[in-house]
Amino acid sequence: MKITRRQMLVLLPAAAIAWEHVMAGTPEAAPNYTMSEHWWSMLIDIPKCIGCGNCVRACKEENDVPDGFFRTWVERYHVEDEDMTNPTVISPDGGKEGFPPVEKEDEGKYFFVPKLCNHCADSPCTQVCPVGATFVTPDGVVLVDQKYCLGCAYCVQACPYGCRYIHPQKEVADKCTLCYHRITKGLTTACCEACPTGARQLVDLKNPNDPIHEFLRTHAVQILKPQMATGAKVYYNGLDGSVR
Amino acid sequence: MGVFKDAGHLFRFLAIFVFLFIAFWVIRGFVVPKSFGKYGHYRAASIDEIAAHPLHFAGHEACETCHVDVANVKKDGKHAHVNCEACHGALQKHAEDPASLTPTKPDTATLCVRCHEYSAARPKNFPQVHAAEHSTGLPCETCHQPHSPAMTSGGAK
Ligand code: HEC
Ligand code: HEC
Ligand code: HEC
Ligand code: HEC
Repeated sequence: MKITRRQMLVLLPAAAIAWEHVMAGTPEAAPNYTMSEHWWSMLIDIPKCIGCGNCVRACKEENDVPDGFFRTWVERYHVEDEDMTNPTVISPDGGKEGFPPVEKEDEGKYFFVPKLCNHCADSPCTQVCPVGATFVTPDGVVLVDQKYCLGCAYCVQACPYGCRYIHPQKEVADKCTLCYHRITKGLTTACCEACPTGARQLVDLKNPNDPIHEFLRTHAVQILKPQMATGAKVYYNGLDGSVR
Repeated sequence: MGVFKDAGHLFRFLAIFVFLFIAFWVIRGFVVPKSFGKYGHYRAASIDEIAAHPLHFAGHEACETCHVDVANVKKDGKHAHVNCEACHGALQKHAEDPASLTPTKPDTATLCVRCHEYSAARPKNFPQVHAAEHSTGLPCETCHQPHSPAMTSGGAK
């Protein structure tokens, strides 16, 4: 049989559409886990944090975070009574091995602030990615597709919280995954597992039985940089106004 | 039929256009990952790849299924809410196959002070000591049971 040019013109697009269909297999989902049933975030209870650095070490171990880079870290603030807007902030090695003794015990106040990716609902970092390598998952976690990432570092600059870095060996963007490999299996994050005082708690806002709902009703809770409208989801209880 | 007179060049142009269009879709079919765009402008399969990362921390529920004795001592003590791996470190390998890795005992000389050494930056209601004076140089576990450290009226709590 001879195919005329006209028949060919009809056949080729049909073949292309069929091919497209073949390529579009359904990716396998994690068993027993439905993304649409969760909306993950975290609660940081400042008055409970003792600055032991357990979370920083646990994160490094769980996620093979390279030395000198941090997916979570702890800052120690020193706010003096006369100067509320200029706190002295230290975070030696991310607070990994704890903190030195305070210098001026009787002047002003000291407290610890653990930081991590805020897993923003309207994150600036995902919006600037030129190749679709970073995104908010349907369950509210900001992730990086390291096979797709070019390492251009736009997202590193876009994050107002300084939560991203370029991995020195992989040369792609890296950040907190909220231990996505743990929370999808029903475990808590490594940092929460290692926190001795409950200063960090994994939160599922779509779970009606999560104690977070009662907590948010009864406490004065803040997010970092609310003026930037990032939809940050890491809630801080007892956060001092001097924290940036 | 005079309309198509001298219009051969238009058909050739159309043929080239159609060919490029088809070539675009075929190449696109090859280079765009199959899961791209399933949930948004990204590769949905990368979510599963990230979810498949290996665990290092087993979680305290895992430890408690085997070390029932320790769990029972701990649950009534002051360290009830301090998880096993907060002191013992990540032990998923051990929890999966206890024979493959026997955990070393934590060194109380560095372990306890990390949380309990006095610091003015720590919350006032958290129990803290000046370790050197407090322990008089003895290891913490000579007086405190790590899994149930309080010592009210002699009996371990
Ligand atoms: C599957 C059961 C099982 C699980 C789960 C398990 N262990 Fe063990 N563990 C054992 C056994 C059996 C031994 C004794 C192994 C040996 O002596 O080589 C042991 C030994 C230990 C020891 C050393 C005891 C010693 O005498 O030095 C520690 C510490 C320990 N486990 C902590 C943990 C922690 C922390 C976890 C949770 C991450 C855990 N284990 C989970 C079975 C388990
Ligand atoms: C506050 C820190 C701390 C926590 C929390 C903790 N341990 Fe321990 N654990 C220790 C220390 C320190 C030792 C070593 C004691 C020694 O040298 O005699 C130890 C020893 C052990 C041993 C060796 C046998 C023994 O009883 O002395 C096992 C088994 C063990 N821990 C399991 C667990 C399990 C399981 C959990 C969680 C339910 C847990 N530990 C929680 C600090 C801790
Ligand atoms: C990872 C942090 C951490 C480590 C390590 C740790 N503890 Fe604790 N400890 C706690 C917490 C949290 C509490 C409970 C505090 C509270 O009740 O407010 C506590 C309570 C105590 C108490 C009871 C204080 C009271 O209120 O009477 C003693 C004693 C104690 N720990 C001793 C130890 C000793 C000894 C070690 C070393 C084996 C140790 N701790 C290691 C976190 C830790
Ligand atoms: C010589 C025995 C001894 C040694 C060694 C010792 N302690 Fe104690 N510790 C005590 C006694 C006694 C108390 C008071 C008991 C109580 O009130 O429950 C106490 C209380 C504590 C408290 C609670 C303080 C408070 O304000 O409630 C902490 C925390 C503590 N010890 C930590 C440690 C650490 C950390 C070490 C190791 C560096 C250590 N202890 C070594 C005997 C000892």
